[in-house]
Amino acid sequence: MISENSEVILSVRDLTAEVEGTPILKGLNLEVKAGEIHAIMGPNGSGKSTFSKVLAGHPAYRVTGGTVLFRGQNLLEWEPDERAKSGVFLAFQYPLEIPGVSNLDFLRVAYNSKRQHEGLEELDAFDFDDLVQQKLDVVKMNPAFLSRSVNEGFSGGEKKRNEILQMALLEPKLGILDETDSGLDIDALRIVAGGVNQLSHANNAIVLITHYQRLLDYIVPDYVHVMEAGRIITTGGKELALELESRGYDWVREEEAAEVAR
Amino acid sequence: MTLQVSMVPDVAETIGQAKIDRKTYLQTLLAQRSAVPASTVRGEETQVWLQVLRDRATEQVKELAIPSTKEEEWRFTDLSALLQTQFVAPPAVTVRLTDLEAWLLPEARDSRLVFVDGVYAPTLSAIGHLPAGVIVGNLPQALEQPLQNYLSKLPGAEEVFTALNTASFADTAIVWVPHNTSLEAPIHLLFVSTTGDVAALSHPRCLVIAEAGSCLALVETFVTLGEGEHLTNAVTEVWLGENAQVNHVRLQRNSLTAVHLGKTAVSQARDSRYTCIAVSLGAKLSRHNLEVFQAGEQTETTLNGLAMIGAEQVADTHSTIAFTKPYGSSYQTHKCIVSDRAHAVFNGKILVPKAAQLTNAAQVSRNLLLSPKARIDTKPQLEITADNVKCAHGATVSQLEDDEVFYLQSRGINQESARKLLVYAFAAEVIGQIAIPSLRENLSAIVRGYQA
Ligand SMILES: Nc1ncnc2c1ncn2[C@@H]1O[C@H](COP(=O)(O)OP(=O)(O)OP(=O)(O)O)[C@@H](O)[C@H]1O
Ligand SMILES: [Mg+2]
Repeated sequence: MISENSEVILSVRDLTAEVEGTPILKGLNLEVKAGEIHAIMGPNGSGKSTFSKVLAGHPAYRVTGGTVLFRGQNLLEWEPDERAKSGVFLAFQYPLEIPGVSNLDFLRVAYNSKRQHEGLEELDAFDFDDLVQQKLDVVKMNPAFLSRSVNEGFSGGEKKRNEILQMALLEPKLGILDETDSGLDIDALRIVAGGVNQLSHANNAIVLITHYQRLLDYIVPDYVHVMEAGRIITTGGKELALELESRGYDWVREEEAAEVAR
Repeated sequence: MTLQVSMVPDVAETIGQAKIDRKTYLQTLLAQRSAVPASTVRGEETQVWLQVLRDRATEQVKELAIPSTKEEEWRFTDLSALLQTQFVAPPAVTVRLTDLEAWLLPEARDSRLVFVDGVYAPTLSAIGHLPAGVIVGNLPQALEQPLQNYLSKLPGAEEVFTALNTASFADTAIVWVPHNTSLEAPIHLLFVSTTGDVAALSHPRCLVIAEAGSCLALVETFVTLGEGEHLTNAVTEVWLGENAQVNHVRLQRNSLTAVHLGKTAVSQARDSRYTCIAVSLGAKLSRHNLEVFQAGEQTETTLNGLAMIGAEQVADTHSTIAFTKPYGSSYQTHKCIVSDRAHAVFNGKILVPKAAQLTNAAQVSRNLLLSPKARIDTKPQLEITADNVKCAHGATVSQLEDDEVFYLQSRGINQESARKLLVYAFAAEVIGQIAIPSLRENLSAIVRGYQA
């Protein structure tokens, strides 16, 4: 939902970043306001996941230029955990398995870290249990997954649901979902999309990274961006995704080339 | 598979000198031994076999020396530092039960034996009602049993520190579980070393007999009162009869200035099941020899080990699983978490002779290095002559993965907590196997607090 006067959640200007000395992001610009849903599409290797990890603060990615403001503050100064506690959430394209750490313990520690950051009392195991039971419903997840190790032996779809469960608990200001729809069957996609819609409201913002228009049938974006070679080269409304689906990325490249020539 | 290192003869005078020192030093340890306790003298016969046992071991030790790193078995663990300290049999120290509170197990409230510097402490021990025929007590309480058939009768008794223990031990924890008897509560053996004006030397000894069809859980805990130096040289022998089951937890938490030398020798008759979870946390230098002899067919051995060390600690585990008959199986996981300048050693020997066809043996050694100065030496040593066997082994040495730390951080968990959580997760695979809740919780808390 676009509303002129809403708060700017994320403002990215001329962002450049490299990994192991190779430049990946090459001057990226993006502004996201509260209440908005943005979709970022683009070919494999264009830098979508890199962008999401830079926002989350992954140490392997080095920012070499530009600025990122999160609710008016310099996001790049913060440690990854501070970013998370301040309301940045990244649902990973490939969620890691962490053998030996129970999902429930992990969720509780994460949740309580945020409570602490906000100056609130930590929830005890009992109250947390109640809370997590409610949140399970958002992604229709079986409580049995709570006692298993984080993502260990989860199917691809179960891992993605687990990511959204974490998002439901942490209630971020900015949720970045990196290909959360990839590999989901249609039922799981409906569930996950329904969960995201439940979590999206006028005071937060969602950035969906996806390859498929299919997701956007369920989560309707306000803006669709096309990323190519580390930059956003085109921005449009939800129709752009349909256009891309039928005509491919070459069409955008040609358009852009024509634009430059003009 | 095996690495053979030829022994270098002692040619140089200095080396010869060093060898004499190691021999002399061992004799000073031997000289600290006490006489056979009067309490074990009950009729001439008893006295005779015990005295013979000790005398024989004494003669053996007189021929031996403290091993040097030139010996294959001690290649990675240097005992030179031992020679710098004069360890002596300590004077009797009064220990109160309240001093031991942190190490007591509620599950073993009525099935606990406490030994202080190797000496039985009846007032600290607590043995409640036991099923008929079960003995849990000190040596004199078990003299009616044919102990001479078991005590010091396992292969490897001639090894230098085992022989030193046999020559020197005073009291012995005896656990005797008769035929088809199952113990509900775990037996807890708490071996306390004291530290005071002297560097205490002690030789804890334990003998466990699980007769055919019996079942028990055994916990051995080695702890130190105070922070001072001591040398604990412990020997535990476990005999499993046919179809018996023993679940053994061995926890070494001696002070960080202690030297801990330990031997666990196990004999398994056919169809028996032995599991051991051995955890080493303490001591500046620790060595655990874990030797399992499968004497019968279709015998199962499960060994789980964890060494978690930091500072300048050295923790060495040498295990042997010797198969002798067909259809045996073994499952072994050994994990080391090593930080600072600590050094962990694991040598896992598996012997499968021709007679042991259709053996199934699996061994993994997993190691987590938390600092660039930490060191790990891990070596599988498979000696297989049988041709129809399944033996899998693997070793990994890893560091905490940046991606894993980042995943946790991205959920709001700070870096230090994230590292701790991951270290805990690594250890949990071993600790999680402990069936006794209070012990499992206690160890989990220790591991959670480990400085990653
Ligand atoms: N850790 C890394 N080390 C080396 N190269 C990397 C690393 N991470 C990303 N890259 C490279 O950066 C480029 C962009 O990768 P990125 O994962 O951001 O693309 P993407 O747009 O998310 O692609 P996809 O649609 O396939 O997920 C690729 O060429 C990739 O190989
Ligand atoms: Mg990607």
